[in-house]
Amino acid sequence: MKIVVCIKQVPDTAGEVKFKPDGSLDRAAMLTIMNHDDKAGLEAALRLKDQYGAEVTVLTMGLPKAEDVLREALAMGADNAILVTDRVLGGADTWATSSTIAAALRNLDYDLIITGRQAIDGDTAQVGPQISEHLGIPVISYAQNLKVEGDSVIVERQFEDRYHVLKAKMPCLVTALSELNEARYMTPGGIFDAFKKEITVWGRADLKDLDDANIGLAGSPTKIAKASDKVRKGAGTKVSDLGAAEAADYIVNTLAEKFVI
Amino acid sequence: MDFSLSKEHEMARKLFRDFAETEVKPLAQETDETEVFPQETVDKMAKAGFLGISVPKEYGGQGCDPLTYVMCVEELAKVCATTAVIVSAHSSLCCDPILFYGTEEQKQKYLVPLAKGEKLGAFGLTEPGAGTDAQGQQTKAVLDGDEWVLNGSKCFITNGKVADVYIIFAVTDVVEDKKGRKKKIISAFIVEKGTPGFSFGTKEKKMGIRGSSTYELIFTDCRIPKDNLLGNLGDGFKMAMHTLDGGRIGIAAQALGIAEGALDRTIAYTKERVQFGRSIAAQQNTQFQLANMATQAQAAQMLVYRAAMAKATQKVYSVEAAMAKLYAAEAAMDITTKAVQLHGGYGYIREYEVERMMRDAKITEIYEGTSEVQRMVISGSLLK
Repeated sequence: MKIVVCIKQVPDTAGEVKFKPDGSLDRAAMLTIMNHDDKAGLEAALRLKDQYGAEVTVLTMGLPKAEDVLREALAMGADNAILVTDRVLGGADTWATSSTIAAALRNLDYDLIITGRQAIDGDTAQVGPQISEHLGIPVISYAQNLKVEGDSVIVERQFEDRYHVLKAKMPCLVTALSELNEARYMTPGGIFDAFKKEITVWGRADLKDLDDANIGLAGSPTKIAKASDKVRKGAGTKVSDLGAAEAADYIVNTLAEKFVI
Repeated sequence: MDFSLSKEHEMARKLFRDFAETEVKPLAQETDETEVFPQETVDKMAKAGFLGISVPKEYGGQGCDPLTYVMCVEELAKVCATTAVIVSAHSSLCCDPILFYGTEEQKQKYLVPLAKGEKLGAFGLTEPGAGTDAQGQQTKAVLDGDEWVLNGSKCFITNGKVADVYIIFAVTDVVEDKKGRKKKIISAFIVEKGTPGFSFGTKEKKMGIRGSSTYELIFTDCRIPKDNLLGNLGDGFKMAMHTLDGGRIGIAAQALGIAEGALDRTIAYTKERVQFGRSIAAQQNTQFQLANMATQAQAAQMLVYRAAMAKATQKVYSVEAAMAKLYAAEAAMDITTKAVQLHGGYGYIREYEVERMMRDAKITEIYEGTSEVQRMVISGSLLK
């Protein structure tokens, strides 16, 4: 079985968020991690590998720096890593991203594609399902459990307070929730092996069946009107020496003045 | 000379730090309070490969260098000195001598499961009357047919009751030197838990590293196969000293981690703690103390890393290991004491981690060779 896991390097929320003048994230300037849902997807693939034997390839699109998450994935146990990077691909929205990644996937053999449900920076949950549309394969999203049976996958799809059980014939695409599993740690030896492995790097020229109108910032129908960092609040007003009733009146009046109530 | 770490080592440090913060830190205070061995954490470390970091891959290990191992112990000790010493005693004192002196059969039988973390290791040299003076050994091993018969006891053994495989030193002969003085000949043996005649004495109640399982080991007509002799007959003392050179680098890394952990917490605390209308970090005394602590910690790190590199590249690294342990242990004691002082009354309260760290630091000046022994080793090399 050949599994491709699409992963994304996202800002570490423990660090600072920085924007470029055009409103898109300044990824090069931020601390980064592997997106949580994607990590769960990778773990699911690695468990299938442990159980049935599979070749696990990780693929990411991003800055050259995104190599870090690919090395991490290799250190966890992935077999191959592909970095899709090119200046002309920068600033892509979900449409341009999914078009590009689908083109990269056309270069590969796969039975199962796993993506995270959504990335913590954009929170759209669109890229996975869009890739499946581009490739013309079935998609099961929001996987909270995943099994392989013969040439099919059986997936528990989270749905409000319950879940659906769906079966799809491979090749297909599954989007993983972080609740799917607890991802393993890298191993120390795996880290050193990961740096000995070659990472395949593809640029625009390596991607076939891809219209230039569908890539990068120019090929993105989404336009960011405005983006800003968290606005710092003022110091506020401190009121002391009021009794309980007076304090309650004060709060009600203040909220009314500000049209909150 | 380049002091920067490779990308591999940087990523390994990130792994150890993530693991320590996520899996170890939340349990550290409870482990100290309850004195319960953190078995669940050890199981997780086994799964992550932390119990065989510097064992070659062909023996089930991770095949990494001593520096990677040292960084693991350091990062664990930043949050929990107990967890750090479990790894250090297992790796440096049990895996290493089997790797170095074991036969291929012994490596397959004992080292592979140890490196995979399926089994835990311990080391028994110290006896009630034989600490720094290894010649005071009383435990004896006598060959009887195809078996060695062990009698005696060992004390203060780390991983005491929880280990599965023990490296035990015992007197196998007494010879007279040219001046007619009696000299004990010591040999090393591999003993498995569960061997008839091998039992445990009392659990030690300690000042620090309280979750670590420290026990007395008792051997009463304990019969082990002849093949469980480790290394050459009579080479035990030399092997113990060589093993302790490596062990000292592990303990130096533990001390370094404790020092760095205490410094980190003190920096955070002094920024928050307000006295006389401003944070105590704004007071010059605090600033100077922190500067001294950070400089000591950095110096300790350089000595510890240098010792690790010496272990990787040199045949003999006794002096490097002794200097690293001596300096890092004393730095840990000094830094944690200052950390408690800068925390004021809160530093004396168990809720604040520096209280535990100060207690934990003390042992690093004592076990695997006291600071005085390290000075003997260092001066011995200067005056030979």
